[in-house]
Amino acid sequence: MTTTLSEAESKKLLATYGLPVLDERIVKTASAAVEASVAIGYPCVIKLCGDGIAHKTERNLVRLSLGNAGEVDRAAHELLAQANDDDGDVELLLAPMIRATREFIVGADRTGDFGPVVMVGVGGIFAEVLEDVVFRLLPAEQHELSAMLDDLETQAMLGEFRGEPAVDRSQLLTVINAVGSAMIDRIDIESIDINPVLIANGQAVAVDALVALTA
Amino acid sequence: MTLPFSQTADLRPLFEPAGVVVAGASSHPGKFGFAVLHNIITCGYQGRVFATNRNGGELLGIECLTSVAEVPAGQADLVYVCVPAAAVAQVLREAASVGIRAAFIASSGFGEGQDEQGAAHGLELATLASELGMVIAGPNGQGLVSTPVSLCAQFVGPFPPAGGVSIVSQSGNLASGAMNYATASGVGVARAISAGNATCLGVDDYIAWLADDPATTTILAYLEGVADARRFYDTVKAASARKPVVVVKGGTSDDGARAAASHTGSLATNDRIFDGMLRQAGAWRSPDIGAAFGAAAALAVHQPMQGPNVAFLTTAGGWGVLTADAMAQSPLQLMELPDDLMASLDEVLPPRWSQGNPIDVAGGETRDTIPNALHLLAAHPSVDGVLMLGMGIQSNTAALMRGGQFSQLDDIDRICSFHERQDRRYAEAIVEASATTGTPILAATELALSNPGNPGPATLREHGHPCYTSPTDAVAAFAALYARGRHLRLS
Repeated sequence: MTTTLSEAESKKLLATYGLPVLDERIVKTASAAVEASVAIGYPCVIKLCGDGIAHKTERNLVRLSLGNAGEVDRAAHELLAQANDDDGDVELLLAPMIRATREFIVGADRTGDFGPVVMVGVGGIFAEVLEDVVFRLLPAEQHELSAMLDDLETQAMLGEFRGEPAVDRSQLLTVINAVGSAMIDRIDIESIDINPVLIANGQAVAVDALVALTA
Repeated sequence: MTLPFSQTADLRPLFEPAGVVVAGASSHPGKFGFAVLHNIITCGYQGRVFATNRNGGELLGIECLTSVAEVPAGQADLVYVCVPAAAVAQVLREAASVGIRAAFIASSGFGEGQDEQGAAHGLELATLASELGMVIAGPNGQGLVSTPVSLCAQFVGPFPPAGGVSIVSQSGNLASGAMNYATASGVGVARAISAGNATCLGVDDYIAWLADDPATTTILAYLEGVADARRFYDTVKAASARKPVVVVKGGTSDDGARAAASHTGSLATNDRIFDGMLRQAGAWRSPDIGAAFGAAAALAVHQPMQGPNVAFLTTAGGWGVLTADAMAQSPLQLMELPDDLMASLDEVLPPRWSQGNPIDVAGGETRDTIPNALHLLAAHPSVDGVLMLGMGIQSNTAALMRGGQFSQLDDIDRICSFHERQDRRYAEAIVEASATTGTPILAATELALSNPGNPGPATLREHGHPCYTSPTDAVAAFAALYARGRHLRLS
């Protein structure tokens, strides 16, 4: 039996292992969302979160590029109305909207044959279409983890791109390390998805996270 | 760092037996029991050879015993078993009683067909191995080869030339396949074994032993699955800290993704994890046996590459263009030639050379042009590998002249001999310059296929050096040498 943690809980857990996350706020109501959005600034993002909600994009539970208090208020009402009985307790997660062209996926899985494994790949909504991912067994040494990035097919994802500098690989390595450490330390973690990991202003940041636990 | 192996079975009695017994020898040339005895004798095995046959009698010059128990105690270390499955246990007990410590079981009927009786025999084997203290290879395998003692204990061919590549295969046919490439290339084999059902000894047991075997410089393994992935990983990692390991993994096409709650879980196919695991262990993965042998041959003969920079030397243009295209798909670099190297090349190359990499001498070479250029390139510190293209073209021309109706003309013989000497000289320069500088020099020409007797490829073969049949194959071999160097630097 598997249970999933909410995005906020997943990030909180992984942040203790060094996962870089945004300045985010968790609120219960639309008015609290408006208040929080004033604090974190615009544009911002709101997502409907809960332990029962694993894949928000597929259910259209994410509102991007909200530019003012009015837009936040409307989005918050819409999202709260979309919650269904299976979702259990829900909440709204507010985060600053960040723009980045390149998206990665970092994850981990506890497999029957190989034991715990860590993965990095080309992320975002095309992660499962491109299937450009690389695995290593855990535990792994630093040089083994950093070699993962060399093994990606789409090396152009890491290089200079449309006027942006090349990806600082140590930034992605920080995310891989956080996921790997959590997986080794917490034997109750069955799998981890960080998708996407964005590179914004040279810094890696986990924009979404999902931790599944063995219940 | 050298990692310890958890438990390494002692396989010396299997690969370096003082004497061999063929249990179940046959007088019928169509039977395994004939072929294996024949191969042991004709390939020149250096130890004592015994054979058993229920009816006794003489076979291939050997007086057959009627049971293994009659073998003089301490005279043999290995029994090659080709009696029916039901009689195998008895043979093994008798073998142990006369001091035999290893068995290769060719017989089938040990559960490979999913039958209950066979499965029971398989279990019995595992129990017997520990009870008798024997190492047991197979069952249901073709046999083994060990060139340091000229042992060809298999019922199939070939018996490859001696060398440093050792082969472990979950398929007997693919063990033969790798040995056929060894025979064709002249890059020889140390040990080879077909693991059969691997009831007692598995692929990782062989790899662990070969890692410490002084006759083995490179390990090539074909596998379809492993019983314990973590044990396999530890074994390959420890082995590749000592010597290169090349792996071909079959059965990747039926590797469906499983339904999973996470993206990571659904992307985590066995093959992808296996691939990452091999890279992490420092092994080189090849898509098929030909490519695997090509990689193993380069790794067995040459030093690992210290960097990605490759220079091409070619006597004709088109080769360089296609090879540059193949390189662009690899981590290797078609290097820019540094000024000092350009200057020294200018002194040995004809004026019309390409003035860059690929180094195309455009047919303007004289007697020592190519050997001089090979030495210059290999000795330069910024060159990590050299690819020689166009070797053998002159001898190919000579072959046509020698076969034609004007072959008796004095000038024809003189020129043909010059052409042939030149290609031999090129091949010798490859062997010599790579040995003295430590820089790998690989050659590629399809003449190794179309005319194996061509003095270019033939001379490389005589020296146990690979000659690739296409530039793409040579680029893949360079990639293996580069990955090996990188692994050794990083770990």
